[in-house]
Amino acid sequence: MEQKNREKIMEIRDLSITFRTMVGPVHAIRGVNIDLYRGETLAIVGESGSGKSVTVKAAMGILAKNSVVDQGTIQYTYHHDDGTPKTVNILKLKKKELRRHINGKRIAMIFQDPMTSLDPTMPIGKQIIEGMLWHHRAGKDEAWKKAVHLLDEVGIPDAEQRMKNYPHQLSGGMRQRVVIAIALACDPDLLICDEPTTALDVTIQAKILELIQRIQKERGISVIFITHDLGVVAKVADYVDVMYAGKIVEKGTVEEIFYDPRHPYTWGLLSAMPDLDTADERLYTIPGSPPNLLHMVEGDAFAPRNQYALKIDRRAEPPMFQISDTHYAATWLLDERAPHVEMPPELRERIERMKMGGEPDGE
Amino acid sequence: MENKEPILKVSGLKQYFETSGRFTVRAVDGVDFVIYPGETYGLVGESGSGKSTIGRSLIRLYTPTAGRIEFNGMDISGAMNRTDMGRLRTEMQMIFQDPMACLNPRKKIGEIIAQGLDLHHLCRNRAERKAMVDDMLEQVGLAPEHADRYPHQFSGGQRQRVGIARALIMKPKLVIADECISALDVSIQAQVVNLMKDLQSRTGTTYMFIAHDLSMVKYISNRIGVMHLGHLVETGTTEEIFENPIHPYTQSLLSAIPRPNPQVEKTRIAQGYDYKAQGVDYSKGIQHHVGGQHYVLATPEEFSRWNKTRK
Ligand SMILES: Nc1ncnc2c1ncn2[C@@H]1O[C@H](COP(=O)(O)OP(=O)(O)OP(=O)(O)O)[C@@H](O)[C@H]1O
Ligand SMILES: Nc1ncnc2c1ncn2[C@@H]1O[C@H](COP(=O)(O)OP(=O)(O)OP(=O)(O)O)[C@@H](O)[C@H]1O
Ligand SMILES: [Mg+2]
Ligand SMILES: [Mg+2]
Repeated sequence: MEQKNREKIMEIRDLSITFRTMVGPVHAIRGVNIDLYRGETLAIVGESGSGKSVTVKAAMGILAKNSVVDQGTIQYTYHHDDGTPKTVNILKLKKKELRRHINGKRIAMIFQDPMTSLDPTMPIGKQIIEGMLWHHRAGKDEAWKKAVHLLDEVGIPDAEQRMKNYPHQLSGGMRQRVVIAIALACDPDLLICDEPTTALDVTIQAKILELIQRIQKERGISVIFITHDLGVVAKVADYVDVMYAGKIVEKGTVEEIFYDPRHPYTWGLLSAMPDLDTADERLYTIPGSPPNLLHMVEGDAFAPRNQYALKIDRRAEPPMFQISDTHYAATWLLDERAPHVEMPPELRERIERMKMGGEPDGE
Repeated sequence: MENKEPILKVSGLKQYFETSGRFTVRAVDGVDFVIYPGETYGLVGESGSGKSTIGRSLIRLYTPTAGRIEFNGMDISGAMNRTDMGRLRTEMQMIFQDPMACLNPRKKIGEIIAQGLDLHHLCRNRAERKAMVDDMLEQVGLAPEHADRYPHQFSGGQRQRVGIARALIMKPKLVIADECISALDVSIQAQVVNLMKDLQSRTGTTYMFIAHDLSMVKYISNRIGVMHLGHLVETGTTEEIFENPIHPYTQSLLSAIPRPNPQVEKTRIAQGYDYKAQGVDYSKGIQHHVGGQHYVLATPEEFSRWNKTRK
């Protein structure tokens, strides 16, 4: 991937977020750094509950009421209509400014749980149009036409009739596609997709991914893509960030993460990936459970589940070690004093097969 | 498995919805299938093809427009008396696709999970109830402390696991699992699937597993039904469907499975299927026997054409 002339549009630094709960503070985000460039797609993968959604919600300025941002900045750069660039810290913006100038208009998000972002009492057509009118992106008739067109593009048949449907009258995947249509309606320049295709069958999923890629090509927008489906990551991502327990533990180009993973959690994740040829009686799971973020994590959060853990892992948190210009991982195994540890042989074989251009199932 | 009595028999099931005035959605348009005790029946198909609707008709959230459903020997398609309804509500459980839509936002997770137990008086005392809830939380990879939180204080995948816990705690005979692992990372997916399999081998639980992740469906299912536009277009054992798909929709579906390999995935082109352009009309088709337990919905002409052109 060429490094030159990349224009940074978002820079998250040292982001830490805590939630107050009945049983004490939950340290959900523990020092996250993310960089996103114009026209590129960044995939965020990682354990359920590791903080992917909270991180991108922070980037939209829509954190839950019981949250506290302990530290960090989220710099977002956009262009005024006359082309002059402007950089703002999302965390410092007022709700009103966010709603007027950023949310929906410049940064749009497809939420993980479609029902939470749809209004159950309003027909879906109206919900798609609302944003366009609010941001003065279109007049009423034009907005209606565009909404029908969008529904059609996301593969909902009889789009005209469907405009009058309420959310509960749609299937799970249709609701998800309505949310996608709403996000696309205002021509954002940063699109955040949080599990946008989990409720879709693979043929419609492919259609949606291609639609997003086409829009990305045409308009040069940037995309953050959160998904558990590593096949989807392989298809859409330029870069991948791997998250574990509120931190990014490995980042690199999509090839670096799939073909040359360095963090033991990434090894576990890739090993647990089901493929079409799994004949084993039981599926591989990463042993143990994620740390309880009610307690401060000491050392490397993944250490208790890591068969390759070193003594130092229990005491000190590993820094990000650099592997290439684009590839970094936070594991003491990369320290020059560490013993030489290879990834599990089964994973090594699987990757070799993948690199041969074959299927991961060895066909 | 075939010589056992089915635990579920569905014949001619139709479920129509009338939305705005003249517009009727034929969500399920005449499907027949049976599920045997202790097996996992995978239901896959296009988004909007009627999979969740079938599940919802089975647990009687809807009254079927037409057709007959028999569960464990009782007819559950018509009017039902209280004892039968009570049995249905405990012995059949559905894990819903949209966790947020079915978890009461004002209730704590512990209460939500125990709701079924309370409703049907299945615990002797509070200690037993707490032990059951804590155990279930642990089995789905959550912690007992989570019992005191509200649904919105969870991540998407954690909420999904609450839905799983709530259903499995009832020790049902038949579980309708509607996209129940789609929001989980691959390791926790594997954990939940292993849990479901263990439960099955211990207690003989039967699953109807609705999912879009075909590698998981392939792994977990004994038999598979493929749905498109309210019809079951192809059914068979997992092997029959994956090794020898006949219906063009099934073929296009299998060809679109994303491979977790950037080199392959960045260039792959899936096989298309256009129902209208190909002039297919499901209402004209009949179930053709391919062999074994393998059936495909087609007209005689389509059947011989599809059967010939397959690879
Ligand atoms: N409002 C809240 N109050 C308390 N804890 C919260 C709240 N919102 C999120 N959390 C916790 O923060 C952590 C991170 O949540 P987040 O939703 O970002 O996870 P995620 O990585 O998106 O997971 P998933 O893949 O399951 O969606 C989780 O442990 C979650 O329980
Ligand atoms: N309560 C309802 N009122 C009106 N129409 C409905 C209702 N429930 C479902 N439908 C319609 O029935 C059809 C099938 O929906 P269903 O939810 O069963 O699909 P599905 O196969 O589960 O899809 P997905 O994979 O997207 O979840 C859709 O066209 C949907 O709009
Ligand atoms: Mg999430
Ligand atoms: Mg559904």
